[in-house]
Parts: sequence; C-alpha cells; structure tokens
Amino acid sequence: MAADTAKPMRVSDKVMIEMSGVHKWFGDFHVLKNIDLTIKEGERIVIAGPSGSGKSTLIRCINHLETHDAGKIVIDGIELTEDLKRIDEVRREVGMVFQQFNLFPHMTVLENCTLAPLWVRKMPEAEARDLAMKFLERVRIPEQADKYPGQLSGGQQQRVAIARALCMNPKIMLFDEPTSALDPEMIKEVLDVMVELAREGMTMLCVTHEMGFAREVANRVVFMDEGEIIEQAPPEEFFNAPKSERTKSFLAQILAH
Amino acid sequence: MSAIDMMGPPQKSGSVLGWLRRNLFSSIGNTVLTVIAAYLLWLTVPPLLNFAIFDAVWTGDTREACLGEGKGACWPLVWANFDQFIYGRYPASEIWRVNIVFALGFIALVPMLIPSAPAKRFNVILLLVVYPLIALVLLAGDRPGLPPVPTSEWGGLLVTLVVAVTGIVVSLPLGIVLALGRRSSMPAIRMLSIIFIEFWRGVPLVTVLFMASVMLPLFLPEGLSPDNLLRCLVGVALFSSAYMAEVVRGGLQAIPAGQYEAARAAGLSYWQTMGLVVLPQALRHVIPGIVNTFIGLFKDTTLVLIVGIFDILGQVRAQLSDPNWTVPQGALTGYLFAGIVFWIFCFGMSQYSNFMERRLNAGRGR
Ligand SMILES: Nc1ncnc2c1ncn2[C@@H]1O[C@H](COP(=O)(O)OP(=O)(O)OP(=O)(O)O)[C@@H](O)[C@H]1O
Ligand SMILES: [Mg+2]
Repeated sequence: MAADTAKPMRVSDKVMIEMSGVHKWFGDFHVLKNIDLTIKEGERIVIAGPSGSGKSTLIRCINHLETHDAGKIVIDGIELTEDLKRIDEVRREVGMVFQQFNLFPHMTVLENCTLAPLWVRKMPEAEARDLAMKFLERVRIPEQADKYPGQLSGGQQQRVAIARALCMNPKIMLFDEPTSALDPEMIKEVLDVMVELAREGMTMLCVTHEMGFAREVANRVVFMDEGEIIEQAPPEEFFNAPKSERTKSFLAQILAH
Repeated sequence: MSAIDMMGPPQKSGSVLGWLRRNLFSSIGNTVLTVIAAYLLWLTVPPLLNFAIFDAVWTGDTREACLGEGKGACWPLVWANFDQFIYGRYPASEIWRVNIVFALGFIALVPMLIPSAPAKRFNVILLLVVYPLIALVLLAGDRPGLPPVPTSEWGGLLVTLVVAVTGIVVSLPLGIVLALGRRSSMPAIRMLSIIFIEFWRGVPLVTVLFMASVMLPLFLPEGLSPDNLLRCLVGVALFSSAYMAEVVRGGLQAIPAGQYEAARAAGLSYWQTMGLVVLPQALRHVIPGIVNTFIGLFKDTTLVLIVGIFDILGQVRAQLSDPNWTVPQGALTGYLFAGIVFWIFCFGMSQYSNFMERRLNAGRGR
C-alpha cells in the first residue's frame, strides 16, 4: 500500500459535518442511538460495522434522504431542519454515490452528468458539457459519454456515478458501499478513482468493507454496531489495537477472508 | 413429399415450404390450429370482400343503382352523404373552415410524431396552445368574416375528432397530475386524488354524459348553462383522466426508489425529479396502456349520441331514415364505412405506439 504517499493530505480546522445527539427510529426500531460525530474539511472517514448496524442510515441523514428524529446535524454551517430550502442548499454541497449506482437509464452518460448542473446550478449548456467531460476524463471514461448506462459494465457505471456527483462541485462526498455490487475485477478501478479523489483533499465519508482502502486513505475509521458509534480511531490504531470487544470480533470476522 | 424428405433440416433462411413447416405445421396441435384458423378465415373473409368490393356498387346517382339481386355494398350512398358523415349539419358554405382546421391539425401533428423533427418545444406549444385557439375561432366563428356556427350544427367525423382529441389532450396531463397526487406524501392531496379517480372510474360514461347534458342545466341558473357539446367535452375529459391516472400510476410504481434518491441527492426539486427523471421512465413503461386508453376513448366518443350530439356513427344512423337512399344493404354499408373510419384512426394510433416502443428500446442496451 502506498500509505506514505497518501498520508500528507491536509485536514483543515474548519468543521464540515457536525452531528450531536442524533437519534432515529424506524417505527419502534431504534436505528441510530445518540450519534456524535464531527468531521473536518479534508477528512476521509471510513464507516465500518456489521450489516444492519445503521451505517447507511447515518450517512443518508447527512443529505436528508432520511430524517433524524432528535439531535442536531450541521453541514458546512447549515443546520438541517424541515426547512426545504436548507435541505436543497445542503444537497447542492453534498454528493452521493450509491451501492446500486442509480444512474438514470433513459439518459446518456453525458446527460446523467449535466442534469443537475443544468437544472440546479442553472449552468449554460456548453459549460455543463465541458464540466461533465472534464470529470468523465478524471474517472477515465470520456469515450463512453454518448452511451446509455445499460450499455456499460458495473465498474464503468459506478465511475459515471462518481463523475455525476462531482459535476456539482460538492464539498463533501458520501459513498454507501460503492464497490459492494461490483465483480471483483472491477472493484479496483472504482477504488483507484476514490483514492485519487481523497488525495485532492475532498472531504469523504465512505461506508465500505474494503479495509485496504481504509488503511490507505482514511484518517479515521468509525466503527458502528446496533446503531451506536462504538469507537473511532486512525486506521493503524483501529486495526492494530482495537479497544472494544465488539470491534475485535468484527475485525476477526472481516479480516479472516 | 419425397423430394422434401431428401432435403434435410430446413435452413434458417429457407424456402416458403420450410417457413410453412416451421411456423404452421411444426406439431400436431399446431397443424390442427392452422387448419381451424384457415377454415374460419375462409368462412369470413371471402363474403366480406365480396360484399365490400367485388359485388359492391361503386357508381350511381340514386338508390335505384343499388337495387337488385346479389348486389353488395351501396357505396354511392356514402358518396352522396359524404359531407354529412364528415361535417354533420355544418353549413355547406362554411365547410372550408373545417377543412382548414383538419389541415392545420395534420400539419402541426406530423412533425410532432417524427422523433427527429426539430423544435419539439415550439411544436408542442403550437399543437397544444395555438392550434386549439385557432380551431375554436374557425369552427365556432362569430368573428368578422366568420358567421357563427352553433355546436348543435357540428356533427360527423368533426365531432368525433373534437371529442376524442380534447379527451386525449386533457386526459394525459390531468391523469399524470392525479397519479402523482395519489402517490403524494400529503394526506389531503392523496385523499382528493383517490376520491376523484374512484368517483369517475365508478360511473359509466353514459351516465356522465347524461348528467352533464340533462341534469347539470337543472342545477345551474337559467341562461348560465354552458354549451351542450362543451359540457360533454368536460365530462369525457374528466372521465378519461381518471383512467389515465391509473395507467400512469402503474408506470410510477415500476420506478425503483433509488431513482428518486439519486435525483433528490443531486439537489433536484420534487417537480424536477418527477419531470426529468421519474415520469420520462414511467411513461415509457406504460406507452401501450396509454395508447390503449386513447383508443378506448376514441371509440367511446360514439356515446355522445345519447345526448343528441351526432358523431360520425350518429350521422350514419340518422341517414338511414332518408327515403332517398333506403336500400336493403344501406345499414350494412353505412356501418361498414363508419367502421373503416374508426379502424383507420385506431390502427394508426396502435402502430405509432409500436413504433415508439421499438425506437425507445433500441439503443437502450437492454
Ligand atoms: N426504511 C426503513 N424502514 C424500516 N427499517 C429500516 C429502513 N431502512 C433500514 N431499516 C432497518 O434499519 C437497520 C439499519 O439499516 P441500514 O441500512 O442503515 O444498515 P447498514 O448498516 O447500512 O447495513 P448493510 O451493511 O446491510 O447495508 C436495519 O435493521 C434495517 O432493516
Ligand atoms: Mg447499508
């Protein structure tokens, strides 16, 4: 691993995401329990934990795809409330990449990328096009711009999804298991793009089981179980000297593979 | 037979015989069905062709031309009454206005239907806003140089098209709004949509038309009651919107939640999400259902007859009592003509929908 080249990434003192005392219920089911999490600009956070522990729910609260029932979430100085204007403001700053890609199948790759810049940022068409091509080059698929998502491989689709999110020039990127739906030979092409993004200083929150990625780029690993944050630590500490028993048994399971 | 036996397995591109064997006689069951189908065709098609074409009377000025043994369809009856069938009682001196409306509609519609034709947005405005206004002014008149023609004098294919096109043009957008309303997260909007849809789906169109035409004027103050045709148009439009709403809702249900989430996460508003991401996909899924509703609506326009409006079928029936053209085969001829006209429009719609489906599926990579 290129750990030494990855580490000199700067973290500023500016707080980008602040969650304090956040609770959420699905009916009677308590999914998130008293979540406190502060993320500074330029931080790369990996969220790990067993299935059903609330990882997806946590990051979906950050762009209000899920509503929290108690506590406070502040994104880049904007507090998330039921105020629709603020939600839209936050969503403009936060890009998201999903496990199932969720590309728009009726639009070409290029149209997928220009949609939000055109309609949300009201960007002129030529400018949006140039921007989209720039990011498609960054994820190394400019030649697929005029194809439809259904014509691409899973790895290519996920790279388009990343480019689509980047076209909004987000300050924060959320990834929810971006490689879990991919065949093994395609995982690397997506991770490579994410590593590059991390090097450029993007604030990233990533739910993933790719522990190699966590070691290489994360500056903090957050471990969740049953809706709680059990512990958070830099990767070396997290992998080599986990404090809680639950973390140890989780690591034993996941590293056994 | 032995020559065929020597040929070995039929080639994919094979001969006529090969094709017949593969498609019509591939098994005993298949052979039986082929024979039955052929027998039924032989029973029905030749008599129909004989009546409509080979034994038909094509020329003549009076009913005498059609009298006599073994004569088929009396087409001179249709030629002589052609204007009634197409325009109803619209004054002969003003028929040019209807023709202009037909021609303009055709001119505005054709580029709309050709996917590669340019300026679609302009075309939509032309077709849905400018054209109806021009059509209204021309048909109803009461402007300088255009004497008024009350709707009670409209009839025939003109009325059929006015009712059907209004129904089609109103029902799609209204149906979409109702379908979205029915899936809304706001309880009041959801309830209103459900009540509206279930009300109109629960009553027969005949009842709707009867209520609109006969009952409504009783409730409204004297002289305030709008035009009879207009009331029927509103009834038909609302009725078909309810059906359209359910077709569209079926399409909306096929869209995975991930599509909404991706659109909302990118910052698109509710209406942008619906208009740019969800509806384009949902409507594509239900093109056959939408066109099916259009076709049903087109044929249901014949029901306006019960409130005294004469569409093309009504005109054909009215003509049957004309003593100048009482011939034994008169009814059959008239209904055959009306049937052919309906078939042309409905078949056209269904073919266009097939074409669009093929086009949308191609290049999608799925
Ligand atoms: N919309 C919902 N309604 C009810 N329960 C839900 C809903 N979404 C998630 N849950 C439940 O909440 C719990 C946490 O879900 P979440 O998706 O956040 O877990 P996760 O940590 O991301 O798991 P995985 O690794 O399987 O993706 C799960 O038990 C799940 O069944
Ligand atoms: Mg998850």
